[in-house]
Amino acid sequence: MLKSWKVRIGLSILTFFVLLAVFGPVVGGDPRANDIQAISQAPSFQHLFGTTQFGQDVLAQTIAGARGSMLVGILAAVIGTLIAILVGVPAGYFGGAVDNGLNFLTNLFLVMPVLPLILIVAGYVQGTGPFVIALIIGLFGWSGGARTLRAQALSLSSRDFVLAMRMVGEPHRRLIFCEVLPHLTGWISAMFLHGMIGGVMAEAGLAFLGITDSGSISWGTMIQAAQQQSAVLRGLWWWFVPPGLCIALIGTAATLVNFGVDEVSNPKLRMARRSVVVRTRKVAEA
Amino acid sequence: MSQPVLEARAVSKHFAAGRSTVRAVEDATLALLPGRIVALVGESGSGKTTLARLLARFYAPTSGEIRLHGEAVQGKPREYYRAVQLIFQDPFGSLNPLHRVRYNLERAVKLHHAVRSKADLDEKVVELIERVSLAESYLDKFPHELSGGQRQRVVIARALAVEPKVLLGDEPISMLDVSIRLEMLNLLERLRAEDGLALLYITHDIASARYLCDDIVVMYAGRMVEGGPKEDVIADPLHPYTQLLIDSSPDPERGDRNNLFDAEDLGEPPSLIDPPSGCRFHPRCPVAMDICRTQAPPRTELTDGRWTHCWLQEKK
Repeated sequence: MLKSWKVRIGLSILTFFVLLAVFGPVVGGDPRANDIQAISQAPSFQHLFGTTQFGQDVLAQTIAGARGSMLVGILAAVIGTLIAILVGVPAGYFGGAVDNGLNFLTNLFLVMPVLPLILIVAGYVQGTGPFVIALIIGLFGWSGGARTLRAQALSLSSRDFVLAMRMVGEPHRRLIFCEVLPHLTGWISAMFLHGMIGGVMAEAGLAFLGITDSGSISWGTMIQAAQQQSAVLRGLWWWFVPPGLCIALIGTAATLVNFGVDEVSNPKLRMARRSVVVRTRKVAEA
Repeated sequence: MSQPVLEARAVSKHFAAGRSTVRAVEDATLALLPGRIVALVGESGSGKTTLARLLARFYAPTSGEIRLHGEAVQGKPREYYRAVQLIFQDPFGSLNPLHRVRYNLERAVKLHHAVRSKADLDEKVVELIERVSLAESYLDKFPHELSGGQRQRVVIARALAVEPKVLLGDEPISMLDVSIRLEMLNLLERLRAEDGLALLYITHDIASARYLCDDIVVMYAGRMVEGGPKEDVIADPLHPYTQLLIDSSPDPERGDRNNLFDAEDLGEPPSLIDPPSGCRFHPRCPVAMDICRTQAPPRTELTDGRWTHCWLQEKK
C-alpha cells in the first residue's frame, strides 16, 4: 500500500497536520495576543500569514486551530465508525429479529434531518466544547456506514468458513470479531477516513453557523470570525484562506489514502507504474 | 446390527421461493452406523446437499425428525456438533483466508478439550495434522499457500479435532484434482477403520461411491428411490432411475448395455416447485404404469437390507 504515491502523499499530509495539532501550540506563539500596532495587515515578514481585525496573528491561529479541528475530526470518526461497526455487523451477521431491530434504528438515523437536529442538540447542550461537538457529529453520522457494513456482513456470514467454524463450536462473539470483521478492514478504514473529513467539515460548518463555543480556536471559528468582520468584502483574504485551505488539504489527503485502500482491495483500479509502461512500450515497439 | 448413531426419519425440507414452495427434500429416511460408510448418490438438484445440511442442522426440517444416538435432537446445536461434523464441498471456501492452519486447529482443540499448557496444545495440533498425512511445517501456512487437496486435509483435521462420531462429506472430492481424489478417499477409509466413524459420503460419481462405501442410497428429485449394499445395488438395480444412473456412468467392463433407455428422449429432471404427481420419476420412466402417475410408491423392503420406492417391486 505504501508503494502508491497517492497513499504516501496523503499520509504525509495527514501526519503533518496531526503533528501540528499535537506540537503546534508549543511553537506557534499565542493565537490570542492582540498586536495593536498591526491591525488587518497583509502577510509580511513579521506576520507571515498577516493579522486579523483584532491584530491577532493568522499563522498562530491556524496552528492553534489545527488542534481543535483535528480533535473533532478524529474523535467524531472514531465514535461514528465504532457505532457503525457495533450496529451494522451484528445486524448482517445474525439476521432475523436482530437485523430488523438494528436496521430500523439505522434507517431512522438515515432519514433524520441531521443538520437541524445537530443545531437543536448543540443549542440544548450547555458548553459546546470540541468533545461535545465531536460526540454530536459522531452520534448522528454513523448510519450510512452501518448500512454498508450490514450488507457486507450479511454476505460474509453465510460463507462456508463461517459455517465451518460455527460447526467446530466457535461462539458468535468470536465468529463476528475473528472471522467476519477482519474481512471488513478495508471498508472500515475507508469509513474512518471519510468520517474524519466529514468531522472536520461538520465542525467548520457548525462553527461557521455559530454553534460552537466562540472562545475555542478552530479553523471553523476562524472562518466564522472572518465572516462576521466581513473579511471578504474588505479584501482581507489572508484571514480566511489559510483555514479553508487546511480543511481542503485534509480532505484531499484522506481521499488520496482512500484511493490507496481501494486499490489494495480491488487490484483492477491500480494504475501501471511508469517503469511498467515504459517496458511494455519497448516490447511493443520491438 | 448395531444401533445407528445418526438417523433421519421421514425428513422433509421445503423452501419458500416467493409465492411458491420448493420441495427440496421429501420424506427422506437414512441411518448412519458406526464404522460404516453410506454413499448418497444422485444428480444435481436431487436434494443431496440439502439433506446433508439438514443433518448438519444448518436448517430445521419442515417435517420429520433427526435422531442422534436414538434421541430426537432439539434446541441449540452446540452439543450436537460434538458428535457430527460436516466436510464442505469447496475446500477453498471453508477455510478463512486470513487465518493460518495452526489457528484453525488450535481453536477447534481449545473449544473441545481441556488444554493445560501451550506444549499440550502444540502436541494435539501436531497429532491432528499428522493424522491427515500433512507435515508439521504446514501449520504455519495460510490457506492460499496450499493446494486444494491439502486444504481439504486441513478441513478434515479441523473436524477431527472435535472427535466426532459422524462425518458428513458433502461431495468432499468433487472440487479436487482427479490425481489426488484417490488419496482423499483412502484417507476417509482409514478414518472409518481407525476411529469407527460413521460416514455419509455424498457424491454424483457412482464410481467413487463404489470404491469407498458399504451402502448406497439413491436420490431423485428430492426423494429416495433405492438403497442397499453397494454391490447388490450396482449389479442389480431395482429402480429404473438407478439403472439409468448406473448405465450413464462409463464402465469399460460392461459390454452389453441394456437398451432400456434411449439416450435421445430421456427428458429433464422435474421442477421441485411443481413436482410430478405420484412417483416423481414417472415422466421419464420407460416402464411407467397408471398407478405411478397418481400415487407415490411406498417403501418396499427386500432381502439383504435392500429397499426401493417403486410400484414394480411392490406389485411382485
